[in-house]
Amino acid sequence: MPSQSVPYRLDPSRVRSEFIRLLPISLFVVAFGAAFGLAAVQTGIIPLEVTLMSAAVFAGASQFAALELWGDQVALLPLVAITFAINSRHILMGASLYPMLRDLPVGQRYGILLVLTDANWAVAAQDYQNGHRNLEVILGGGAVLWIAWLVGTLLGVYFGGLIQDPASLGMDMVLGCFLLAMALGGRKSPRVLLAWVVAAGAAMVAYWWLPPHTHVVAGALAGGAVGYFWLEKTPA
Amino acid sequence: MSIETTSTGVLMIIAVMTFVTLLTRFGGPFLMSYVTISPRIESFINTMASSVLIAILTPMAVEGDWGARAALGTTALLMLTLRKPLPAIAGGILAAGLVRYWLA
Repeated sequence: MPSQSVPYRLDPSRVRSEFIRLLPISLFVVAFGAAFGLAAVQTGIIPLEVTLMSAAVFAGASQFAALELWGDQVALLPLVAITFAINSRHILMGASLYPMLRDLPVGQRYGILLVLTDANWAVAAQDYQNGHRNLEVILGGGAVLWIAWLVGTLLGVYFGGLIQDPASLGMDMVLGCFLLAMALGGRKSPRVLLAWVVAAGAAMVAYWWLPPHTHVVAGALAGGAVGYFWLEKTPA
Repeated sequence: MSIETTSTGVLMIIAVMTFVTLLTRFGGPFLMSYVTISPRIESFINTMASSVLIAILTPMAVEGDWGARAALGTTALLMLTLRKPLPAIAGGILAAGLVRYWLA
């Protein structure tokens, strides 16, 4: 496990190569962005503001959820609660990167977190499990995902959905399959497998019986607890 | 308390969402800067990291349709045998498409 504390310098050429690396998955993000753009204009939001929302919020699931609250008015408390609940996974994702982030200057540390999202984080987390420090993918991968989300939103706003029925082509599973591939590409040990079983169980319990959108945090914390109590033997 | 969905109101809604989301993006590392990273904490955040993914994916498989299950099952199988993400992801998407085509 890399735990040395040497200053981390973002390498511009690696930022570019991580941008390219996440280009394929970004093409699918364009399709989801288009679905959001279309849904948002159909809800009655003007194009400029739809685009602004995608650029500034950059968190698809919570943006779709906001549309569900739309009417002549939007109730503030549910808006805050749902946005926070859906995006609270970012807190855990960011925390897991802290052993690397603490070696970056503060400005860069919070700067690259502006584009932290599921896909680029999953790559960074997998690389870290395999012993590589890769914050370049947060910046480079995040940039290409952000551009894709914005381009997709614009296409959806002005040209409608790109694909008639994305689910019939399995397109809705792209991110799920991507995240699963990243999870399985990391290191596996009896300890990690137990954590996954506990995480899966806790996630389902939360999904069925706790308030909506709490299952990710519940499962992740339960899985983390396994790591807290079961320490890996440190190599001598 | 509610915000009218007038032009300025929507700007306020976007500002609120942006602020809350930013708190979640900055919150983890900010809180961690007050925590001493002991081996135990490091072990916690490392197992938590992959558990985030499992917690996102499990309800997708359990509550999803057969297409979703086929996609995740195929990706898992290909990833564990080939150890290459791209074919594993492509295979999963293909599986979802095929299963939904047959069951439609």
